[in-house]
Amino acid sequence: METETTSQNRGFLRVLWQTIGVPIGAIVLALLFGVIILLISGANPLNAYAALFQGAFGNSTAFVRTLEKATPLIFSGLALTIGFKAGMFNIGAQGQLIMGAMAAAFIGFAVEGLPWYIHAPLALIGGALTGALFGMIPGVLKAFTGAHEVITTIMLNYIAINITDWLVGGPLQDRTTEILLPRTPRIFETAMLTQRRLVDQGIIYIILAAIVVFIVVYSIKKWMDWKEAGNDVRSFFTAYRSQFLLMLLPIFLLGLYILDFLHIGFLIAVIAAFILWWMLERTTIGFEIRVVGTNIHAARYAGIRVALIMILTMFLAGLMAGLGGAVETTGVDMRYEPGFNIGLGFDGITVSLLGKMHPLGTIPAAILVGAMKAGANTMQFQAGIPAEIIDVIQSLMLFFVAAEMIVRYVLRMRKDGTEISLTSGWTK
Amino acid sequence: MTQVLTFVRSRQGKTVIGFFAAVVVIAMFYAAQPQVTQAVLSSTIRHSTPLILGALCGLLCERSGIINIGIEGQMLMGAFMGYMVNVWTGNLILAVLASMITGALLGLLLAYMSISLKLNQVIGGTVLNILAVGLTGYFYMVGLTTAGKLTTFPLGPLAKIPLVGPVLFNNGLITYLAFVLVFVLQIVIYHTRWGLRTRAVGEHPHAADTLGINVIANRYINTMIGGSIAGLAGGFLTLESVGSFERMMTNGRGFIALAVMIFGNWKPFGAWGAALLFGFAIAMQTQLNFMGINIPHQFVGMLPYLLTIVVVAGIVGRARPPAAEGVPFEKE
Repeated sequence: METETTSQNRGFLRVLWQTIGVPIGAIVLALLFGVIILLISGANPLNAYAALFQGAFGNSTAFVRTLEKATPLIFSGLALTIGFKAGMFNIGAQGQLIMGAMAAAFIGFAVEGLPWYIHAPLALIGGALTGALFGMIPGVLKAFTGAHEVITTIMLNYIAINITDWLVGGPLQDRTTEILLPRTPRIFETAMLTQRRLVDQGIIYIILAAIVVFIVVYSIKKWMDWKEAGNDVRSFFTAYRSQFLLMLLPIFLLGLYILDFLHIGFLIAVIAAFILWWMLERTTIGFEIRVVGTNIHAARYAGIRVALIMILTMFLAGLMAGLGGAVETTGVDMRYEPGFNIGLGFDGITVSLLGKMHPLGTIPAAILVGAMKAGANTMQFQAGIPAEIIDVIQSLMLFFVAAEMIVRYVLRMRKDGTEISLTSGWTK
Repeated sequence: MTQVLTFVRSRQGKTVIGFFAAVVVIAMFYAAQPQVTQAVLSSTIRHSTPLILGALCGLLCERSGIINIGIEGQMLMGAFMGYMVNVWTGNLILAVLASMITGALLGLLLAYMSISLKLNQVIGGTVLNILAVGLTGYFYMVGLTTAGKLTTFPLGPLAKIPLVGPVLFNNGLITYLAFVLVFVLQIVIYHTRWGLRTRAVGEHPHAADTLGINVIANRYINTMIGGSIAGLAGGFLTLESVGSFERMMTNGRGFIALAVMIFGNWKPFGAWGAALLFGFAIAMQTQLNFMGINIPHQFVGMLPYLLTIVVVAGIVGRARPPAAEGVPFEKE
């Protein structure tokens, strides 16, 4: 019994290492190359990384900021991940995100007199749908004309910038201040995702209680089944360990939220990641999306409507990115202003690949990238290093995580054999 | 008579007729408004130069079977290094060389990722793009003084021809280089041994390998030469067009160049025609503003991007890219 458990444990550790070894190796290698670049520019790498870490995790405010920065990244990471699952490279998350942010801001300041529990969700849904419709365009183009999504989505990014620039400089400009700035008016209080309100309403405690009850009922049922099957008592926990850990996560998050460590957007992002994971792994549509991504010819042969799946995938990707933009507007920025959301969509590429293109993997990956963003300002103030070094390290991470071979060689790791085609060539 | 008809229906015939139609239209405009026509055409040439150079880069890479999404990044880094060398040495020729070498080095990185590491080439190109944005953003400093920019110089008597002279033969060094490169690549790809081998490698690397062509070396060299041309496009932006560097100044030109390449059916002359069309669309943008037509400038600014989407959506289904493109070569 004893030996069996240890071997099982070792197996668990090996699986864990196989899963997160490459991303972690990539991060370490990227940070090492970052040291070289910092040395070239005459900065002290130790000071730089110390300041970076302090700015990201040094105290509770820093940690809250890290999670706040991670929130839109989870969404854009999901927007990339779902595209990758269908074999499409959605570089257009940026455009979809700013369209969503714009729409949420519009609903936030143009609609007046609604109670918050209608107004705020309305802004989120409006933003998400705008992003989804904008994201659908490259899906439709790819499905019907074969236009490669990389080019169309990038072009749509520029088009989105032009559209939003025009809106904030013209029809939707904030005219309440003396000096006219290219930005929308501030959204109403009712559309804001300010967190204390939910706590004050007591709703959060009801949700918490519901989750606890669910977990208890679920475990008792599993326990009964387990005993009925006549299995050993101790191995019950080994068998369901990962499930229990997973179920503790929402309680942990809600706890953080109640203690004011979290803004509600992060919770929404985590829930979205779980829903997407469930959809991809457990539903027919998710299965069809994965088949299209793995082998488009097999998908066609199996009678999957490939065109429909492509459009749906891009719709969902745009939905995620748009929701990310909406959450950013209603939770952090409180208005749309060009420059607020720069690069969030592109960071999704790194987040998604670091998360091994797994919806739940985007969460830790986004927290990591979010931590770098949160720490970048501290680094700039304390160590006097331009915050742009973060972009360099991030691109190195992307390089190393994409070039798995290098990392595997350094770590002496074997291949785990899961490969999917990330994106296609010019033609289908 | 039938011979004439077949010629008219053929691809070449259509090109020739299109060319003459364009000449006639331009001549008519010139007769009516010489100043405006000349301004628009000069601006067209200016805006098409980085596009044609980018497209030639993509064309060389793709003809040998490497998809290059990283043109944008190669341009940006080329622009930046050209600018920095201009600041350090004050020598514009050295600066042009620096931008080309930078592009070639990034081409080497792309080739290493896609040929040796067998990485997904689209991801590899994206790595280049993000790396370029990060590095240029990090090392860029505001307010450096440069040794000016490449000036235009007329090409002797050729520049005296009305309209054609000032538009075509009164440009800067890199623009002339771009003209020359179009012809050079057309000849290299279709009329030299190297070009034949490159096309073979891009279409059927295994057949090429059987015949003793070194597929890997061919792809490496083409990707690096392509990279240096993209770097030259970046050099055009900082050294000839603007005269200084700005963060993310390439503004999507690398991707538009890909559309130009596709529109031009992976052929140098075709790409040139497409680049001129795109350049014209961008030139109209400024001209419309001058003419006082009251459209928000953002809508006109969208034109090249919209045109790219239309081209990619309308053409790709019918265009035929090199067959082995995007597939890593594995010796059997």
